[in-house]
Amino acid sequence: MTAPARRPLASYVVGNAGLRRPSADAWRTAGITVVCVLVACALAALLVAISGGSPTEVVDALVTGSVADSAGWSQTLVNAAPLLLVALGACIANRAGVFNIGQEGQLLIGAMLGCFVALRLQGPGWMVITVALVAAAAGGGAWSGISAAMYYTRGTNVVVTTLLLTFIAAQVVQFAVNSPSLLQETGIGNGPARPQSDAVPEYLRLASFGQYPDLTIGVGVILAVVATVVLAVLIARSRWGFRLNMLGLNPMAARHAGIRASRLGGSALVLSGAFAGLAGGVILLGTVFRLQPAISNNFGWDGLLVALVARSRPGLALPVAVLFGGLRAGSSYLAATGVPDYLVDVVQALLVLAFVVPPVLSALWGRRIRNRSAVPDTPARPSAAPAKEEVPV
Amino acid sequence: MWLDDGGTVLSSALRLTAPLAFAACGEYLAERAGTLNISVEGMMLSGAFGAVAVGSATGSPTVGLVAGAVVGLLVALVHANLSHRIQINTFVVGLVINTLVLGLTSFLLQTMEFSRTQVGMLRIPGLADIPLVGVLFEQRWPFYLLLLVVPLTWFLVNRTRWGLELRAVGENPQAADVTGIKVNLRRRQALMWCGVMSGLGGAYLSVGLVGSFNNNMTAGRGFIVIAAVIFGAWRLKGTLLGCFLFGAADALRLALPSLGVELNPQLLVAAPYLLALTVMVLMARSQREPRALSKPFERGLV
Repeated sequence: MTAPARRPLASYVVGNAGLRRPSADAWRTAGITVVCVLVACALAALLVAISGGSPTEVVDALVTGSVADSAGWSQTLVNAAPLLLVALGACIANRAGVFNIGQEGQLLIGAMLGCFVALRLQGPGWMVITVALVAAAAGGGAWSGISAAMYYTRGTNVVVTTLLLTFIAAQVVQFAVNSPSLLQETGIGNGPARPQSDAVPEYLRLASFGQYPDLTIGVGVILAVVATVVLAVLIARSRWGFRLNMLGLNPMAARHAGIRASRLGGSALVLSGAFAGLAGGVILLGTVFRLQPAISNNFGWDGLLVALVARSRPGLALPVAVLFGGLRAGSSYLAATGVPDYLVDVVQALLVLAFVVPPVLSALWGRRIRNRSAVPDTPARPSAAPAKEEVPV
Repeated sequence: MWLDDGGTVLSSALRLTAPLAFAACGEYLAERAGTLNISVEGMMLSGAFGAVAVGSATGSPTVGLVAGAVVGLLVALVHANLSHRIQINTFVVGLVINTLVLGLTSFLLQTMEFSRTQVGMLRIPGLADIPLVGVLFEQRWPFYLLLLVVPLTWFLVNRTRWGLELRAVGENPQAADVTGIKVNLRRRQALMWCGVMSGLGGAYLSVGLVGSFNNNMTAGRGFIVIAAVIFGAWRLKGTLLGCFLFGAADALRLALPSLGVELNPQLLVAAPYLLALTVMVLMARSQREPRALSKPFERGLV
């Protein structure tokens, strides 16, 4: 009895779906997704109504803040760039089958190292900026590298170690900005030094093209878009991308094909941390300009959600990051409507659910349909009969 | 003098330990069944919120406490059905639930008004007058629920048929499935226990200790609970010891400045996570971890 090859349902969420040809399942998935997104929107509208706001006003405010004019678009893109960078890293790790959820901490460490370099290194602006961004990426990579080393030498769970390291990273940054010998701000006459670093000097800030009323595009955005294109091509067309997918889809087969899981998977984890660290560097040099404990501002967590919605495809991560960036940009306009801006967090989480649930539901549904057509008119089997291989879960 | 200080720190440590201990009982049971539940943070937070919301609406903090457990159970139902019925990656579900609960509670907190609601103290006369350990006998009354919950959890896991099946599901789901145990059903049930306990822990935090709800009230305590279960190497005794250690570290962080002792506060905050990571590395080969921890089960797959 030959059963058709089945993928574990869990793999429908953490990526790799791109390897299959679209089928009847794809249409069903699309249909369910539309329904789920509508339900998510309805729930959000209900929430707004409960809080006494008007849903149309809220949508209006969100649009005004994000895409109504070029100033709005600028804000959207500024928010989207770090999200996209984090999401790209998450795509790499997800595809290799090592689920990294510690981007928030990797981003913080990256921002910290970037800040250290930017404040201490002397030299021409372009060089210091480059070194700072590289240092940020290296910091994030090193932070996730700790998890990789633990996983491939001792077999500890990657999810747990990356999660726990996030909280340690937050304390490391707290320590850095509370120690005058490290990064705490200096030389202000009035009052005690606050727990934050000095501001990065003007000439070390990331350049942006365009002036305020017009569309401004920062270097961070360009960096993120270029990285997306490169990564999408690499994953789709290169030997490395093929091996990465293979390792994630079937580690056993990958091993037999001569792929070293510890090297490829470990480097994927380090690379994902490096992207998160780079995002930290971009936030530091592009928008915030000084290291603060709250500099990460959930960009790490939200970037991971972007990757989940995009199903670990860099090409899809781009529009999703713009959507999430738009929500972030629009949230600052919500105050006028009297609806708390936490609404955006709820909407983001609901959207993730609306995109994560349908592929799995659709796969289950398809399996049921196939089962039914495979066994026509069978009366209820006695329970003693041997279990069929294709039992719906 | 040091007796007084010691008593103050101990009492503060106990107060901070109790919410962790409630949630840890649930997380311990869920992990023994093979679910590494990272939404315990969300369950605690929703429990804390639900307790204050219902407590201030009904005027009875006791009802609020029960409501907190029920809200935790509801969150657990969502998690259980998404991750052990339609089989979405449990970490993805946990992550989304944490985000959703944090956003939802912060949102609702700003749109609603709550009055103060707090459960009463229970002072056991006589015993409470003993120096140093007397603080054990002067706590908010839900504290003493731990005396019920901890043995019950231990009994459920180690002395009932249900618990035996639960552990089998956590160690080797394929074998458990072949013997006729419904693997995913057991895991869902374990998660529900986790939801009730975490909700209770969160409710203890809000209507027990503080009397009101703040934004992101649990502030990562759920993750400390996960660290405690790892620190305890998946045994209840060790888990509770971990909870007490981490609660004490938190209490010390708050108390040390007034006692005039210099100790790096960041190190104390990070201590639970550092200890858990150390234990994970040291115990990685000791076979204490449930073998199928965080591995989804589907029939027919090897």
